Amino acid sequence: MKEISSAIQLIPLEHYILLSVALFSIGLMGVLFRRNTIIILMCIELMFNSVNLLVTAFAAYHSDPSGQVFVFFIMIVAAAEVAVGLSILVMMKRNVDSVDINLLNRLKW
Amino acid sequence: MLSAIMIISALFVVFSKNPVDSVIYLIICFIGMAGQYILLNAQFLAVVHVIVYTGAIMVLFLFVIMLLNLNKEIIVRKSKVTRISAVITGGIFFLVMVAATRQVIEIHPRYPFSGTVGLVSEVGKTLFHEFLLPFEISSVLFISAMIGAVMFGKKDEVKNFK
Amino acid sequence: MVGTIPNINLAWLVPAFPLIGFLITGLAGKRLKHNQGGIIASTMIFFSFIVSVILFFALRSSGQDSATITLFNWIVVGNMNIPFAFLIDHLSLTMMLVVTGVGSLIHVYSIGYMHDDERVNSFFAQMNLFTFSMLLLVMGANYLVLFIGWEGVGLCSYLLIGFWFKNPAFNYAARKAFIMNRIGDLGFILGIILLFFTFKSVSFSEIFAQASLMHTGGPIITLITLLLLVGAVGKSAQIPLYTWLPDAMAGPTPVSALIHAATMVTAGIYMIARSSILYNLAPITLNVITAIGLTTAIVAAIIGLRQNDIKKVLAYSTVSQLGYMFLALGLGAYSSAVFHLTTHAFFKALLFLGAGSIIHAMGGEQDIRKMGGLKKKMPITYFTFLAATLAISGIPPFSGFFSKDMILSKAFEHNIILYILALGGALLTCFYMFRLLYLVFFGVSRSLGSGVHPHESPRVMTVPLIILGVLSVFGGFLNIPSLFGGNLSFSNFLQSAVSSKVSEEISSSTEIGLIILSLVLLILVIGIAYRTYVRKAILPAEDGLPMSVWSRIITNKFYIDKTYTVVFEKPYSTISNFLFTKVETKVLNPIVDGIGEVTSRIGTLTRKLQRGNMSFYFFAMVAGILLFIVFILTI
Repeated sequence: MKEISSAIQLIPLEHYILLSVALFSIGLMGVLFRRNTIIILMCIELMFNSVNLLVTAFAAYHSDPSGQVFVFFIMIVAAAEVAVGLSILVMMKRNVDSVDINLLNRLKW
Repeated sequence: MLSAIMIISALFVVFSKNPVDSVIYLIICFIGMAGQYILLNAQFLAVVHVIVYTGAIMVLFLFVIMLLNLNKEIIVRKSKVTRISAVITGGIFFLVMVAATRQVIEIHPRYPFSGTVGLVSEVGKTLFHEFLLPFEISSVLFISAMIGAVMFGKKDEVKNFK
Repeated sequence: MVGTIPNINLAWLVPAFPLIGFLITGLAGKRLKHNQGGIIASTMIFFSFIVSVILFFALRSSGQDSATITLFNWIVVGNMNIPFAFLIDHLSLTMMLVVTGVGSLIHVYSIGYMHDDERVNSFFAQMNLFTFSMLLLVMGANYLVLFIGWEGVGLCSYLLIGFWFKNPAFNYAARKAFIMNRIGDLGFILGIILLFFTFKSVSFSEIFAQASLMHTGGPIITLITLLLLVGAVGKSAQIPLYTWLPDAMAGPTPVSALIHAATMVTAGIYMIARSSILYNLAPITLNVITAIGLTTAIVAAIIGLRQNDIKKVLAYSTVSQLGYMFLALGLGAYSSAVFHLTTHAFFKALLFLGAGSIIHAMGGEQDIRKMGGLKKKMPITYFTFLAATLAISGIPPFSGFFSKDMILSKAFEHNIILYILALGGALLTCFYMFRLLYLVFFGVSRSLGSGVHPHESPRVMTVPLIILGVLSVFGGFLNIPSLFGGNLSFSNFLQSAVSSKVSEEISSSTEIGLIILSLVLLILVIGIAYRTYVRKAILPAEDGLPMSVWSRIITNKFYIDKTYTVVFEKPYSTISNFLFTKVETKVLNPIVDGIGEVTSRIGTLTRKLQRGNMSFYFFAMVAGILLFIVFILTI
């Protein structure tokens, strides 16, 4: 166990932060410029995951179990959100017959 | 190494044309993430991650894609300006966050370092001691999500917003 | 000090009643039936009268001279502490009794007079508001509360003169009245500012206490008193700000009776009497007042000789009588002025109400050349009118005799030329009043065939006439001079409130001689008038016939009106017109519209943010978050 614990601290925290931020911005780019709604939803999942990683890293480094519990809850929420999001997508496909996100533009002035 | 895999697969997720390909790349990314969790000694989380995310959510995605026949469509890319501006924005965001986190002050750990964090028993203990209420409420959340999903999925009574 | 006088705390009820009446008739006017507004208004004023009487007796029995009742602290800014307070002393009680007493009679009269008017409840609301303002004016314990009432009566005068607003000429008259009042108010305000500057207070008691320690003839005091005088000149229609009063006859007759005979126009005189201590310190101003008063009295009397409208004759006679009061003020005989004010209120209100009765009976006709022979048809009106005319001419033992005689004898004490001129004015007064009386009531009726059937007025109108008649006859006994065995009760009553100048008393024999002289001359004048208008039945000329030069000048009121129009009004309206067309439409309107334009254009631009495009929304979200983070980082 001791080796594992010391092994954990080998990788400095900044690297995890960097990785997480990179994943997040990649996901963000995807959300901004993909037009397919499904891809957008997937990129949102990616962003969730990057956050999960970050929190877990912090939890491991500070030996705080509540961090991991929090990640658990985030996963719960993400799962629920995917379910509802996909059903909305299905409805969208049914109504406008496409998943192009730019077709949902009724919320105008 | 693992990080490199993750980043590359994420980039592919974003930039691939076929939705099914994007799904595959996302799965790869998630497996990489599970590996990262194991590296951090968060065993419980790794397992849950694989089960929930890779197993359930991605399957759901694939299911919907197949159902709606989206793999056959090729969406026209947006105008160049939008694309480039999106990339630039993402890049700026990245830089800003990095700059922000560079100034992180060293926080002293709350508990003395114990290597047992991440074990299922530890996580379970915390979950049911401190976070009991959120746990129960999340079940309510699931119920509402299910109801919502079912409601949206109904064929009749759908208001036509064309 | 306040607690030792029983019932003195009721003082606030006196102005409160008319205020309540105003609110009731003004707000619920449309729902009240036709006569109820008038009954409510009259009873309110009557209640005020009763409370005033109670206060009178309370103050008298307590043996004190005055009582100050503070309602609340009104303006407290730095060193300036001005309470909203009432001062109940003999002078204010006198005025309160006159205002509420005569006022209630006029209100009762108006119930009958304004019976057919569709806006009658609004009329009574405005009358009550006016009474409220007037009571504030006379009851105030400092110059600012007085000024509130001052402004209030000006406003109500405007409202009431222009009551029949469908006629643009009436609106013009109302506007003229208000503007001339305003000119006076400007002087008044400057006076108050200077007062505050000099005495660090506007409260009567504090100012007068400080003033009694000052020397006479100082420049500041003279300036203050002159400025206050400007206000009084505007409000009380003296030269040169008098032309609004004859035009104000455009309002209903009860308005003329109440405002322009008994109360509002006397506000200036009250104010000067109240500030008697200040005026005694400024002999220059007193001389100015004397000059103004005498000139006004004579000029107005001359103009009145040739007027052919009942109300205009009475208006000029009011201006003339006010001139007499100013004359008395200028001579330092403040209590005589107030006494003349009281008796004048009685008989002038009576004259106006009688004129209203005549106009009502004649179906709206106001030209005396078309009347005549009404003596038999309207006996009560005739008798009361006769009583008032005798009073105003100064025939003993009517009330006017006592008050006028006091003024004349004070004038004689001062300067014999003053006396001669004042006496001349009195003779002219007698002449034109009797001219009016004879032309209206005597002789052959000239209105036959024009469809009017003169009849006596209803009782609600004649009863006030009778009451006022009694007062005009017997009111003089309030102040019988020592000559006749009386003891000047009125003047002594006022002694505590105003400080009259003590002057050389003339001997009794001189006084008797003067009285006999004036009596003889008056009877002579009455005889001349009788001969001219009854025996020879000379009628005033119809309009448009050629007249001699003097007649023309007098008939045109010395052309003063026209001068004012040309000198002041035309340039002003030209400038106003110019500003309107050039500045307002070309410059100001575009600016205001432009601001609106700019706002709506910005709105159009920002509207484009809400495109409905999801990608754009994402983009905006991210941009916002970025900015936020940068913001946090750089703080």
